[in-house]
Amino acid sequence: MTETLHLTPLHALHLELGAKMTPFAGYDMPLQYEGIMAEHLHTRAHAGLFDVSHMGQARITGDVSALEDLTTIDLSTLKVGEQRYTLLLNKDGGIMDDLMVSRPDEDGIFIVVNAATKTQDFAYMRAHFGDRATLTEYPERALLAIQGPDAVKAVEALNADGAKMIFMQTGHFNLDGIDVIMSRSGYTGEDGYEISVKAEEAADLARKVLADTRVKPIGLGARDSLRLEAGLCLYGHDMDESRSPIEASLIWAVAKSRRERADFPGAQRILKEIAEKPAQKRVGFVMRDRAPAREGAEIVINGDVVGVVTSGGFGPSADKPVGMGYIATEHAAIGTEIEILIRGKARGAEIVKMPIVEHRFYRG
Amino acid sequence: MTTHFTEDHEWIKVDGEEGVIGITVHAAEQLGDVVFVELPEVGKTVEKGDELAVVESVKAASDIFAPVSGEVIAVNSALEAEPAKVNEAPEGEGWFVKLKVKDASELADLMDEAGYKAHIA
Repeated sequence: MTETLHLTPLHALHLELGAKMTPFAGYDMPLQYEGIMAEHLHTRAHAGLFDVSHMGQARITGDVSALEDLTTIDLSTLKVGEQRYTLLLNKDGGIMDDLMVSRPDEDGIFIVVNAATKTQDFAYMRAHFGDRATLTEYPERALLAIQGPDAVKAVEALNADGAKMIFMQTGHFNLDGIDVIMSRSGYTGEDGYEISVKAEEAADLARKVLADTRVKPIGLGARDSLRLEAGLCLYGHDMDESRSPIEASLIWAVAKSRRERADFPGAQRILKEIAEKPAQKRVGFVMRDRAPAREGAEIVINGDVVGVVTSGGFGPSADKPVGMGYIATEHAAIGTEIEILIRGKARGAEIVKMPIVEHRFYRG
Repeated sequence: MTTHFTEDHEWIKVDGEEGVIGITVHAAEQLGDVVFVELPEVGKTVEKGDELAVVESVKAASDIFAPVSGEVIAVNSALEAEPAKVNEAPEGEGWFVKLKVKDASELADLMDEAGYKAHIA
């Protein structure tokens, strides 16, 4: 069955730039331009421009605390100009999605959810909100990310105030004539920005950014290897509805005040897992040799299966195969020697601290 | 010495009873950066179409199939340290396996260079 793929506002630009395209979450997206390895390394050395317009953008107005009922955030501490990462949970505390929540202005809150889950997320939110809050989707907005150590210079050239932001701040900016909502955040572990812009101005903005020779276009391939080295979860792989925030090693995303109030979905289970440790948890690993372990590969210790790989591949900056997966908590300590079955052969690996490549967020 | 091609983008250069096997420039371009190649043991016998090797790019693993039946008589162990040779010279230094061809008549099922060019056009 062939479904018609959605196109982002930058689709024509991707083709013009020679991208190899691939279907992703119902969109025809750029997999790579010059090559995943080169794009990955360029992003860590300089800066990359990513089209992430497939993600779901929306604004919630009215009684925005209605969103708290479904997530682990404390909105009372989210000030105007701030962004935070949170988790959308089902009634059992399983992760339905991870999302960014921000207050770029006084008008409610702005959210960005994953592409593959957006329809389900928005329906779930609306069903819960009822008359309390209104969710307005922004299908007419594109989302661009500029990531890497030179991202700040590229943004500063378009608006000097952009350089004054620190990690997880957000607001309205005018980038050389184009109005945007811009946060200092991203999905690579590098300093950088995510920029929400009207669809009709997106290609114009992308061209302004790419006119800076420090910035190259980067496809989904390198986006995946960058986030993997940064220890950041890919929804549907490293977490899903069968996993809780504690199993996913995302306790930091469950606001302390919410833990104290125990008023989020699945609180009983999640608080029990905090107190008694979950049976399994998410860990990062590096391979001893050059064979990458892929999603679905079994993790074994002394011949016993103790876990499973949920994301794995070659880490161009780590210069070795890296990955993450779930493992029985008693084996989850940093430094634990494990083996991973790759095409029937047990290959050595070690559990390591995440991120595997250090974050370089700008915290001022 | 003649080079034959498969629909799956392997090539085999046959010289007498021996055939050297690799993947085409087109295949290497499609795969992108190769980061690991899993090669068979010398002495292994394969039937035409069997999995012969596995090539891993940054993103995914792909199987390489035996273009013809035979016995593995050598592998390109240089690829262990330098898998990128597959991208740099897929039809030269980036070869995978040398096979003792069991039945030369199987080569007749493969394409010549012109046929392969038409196949990927």
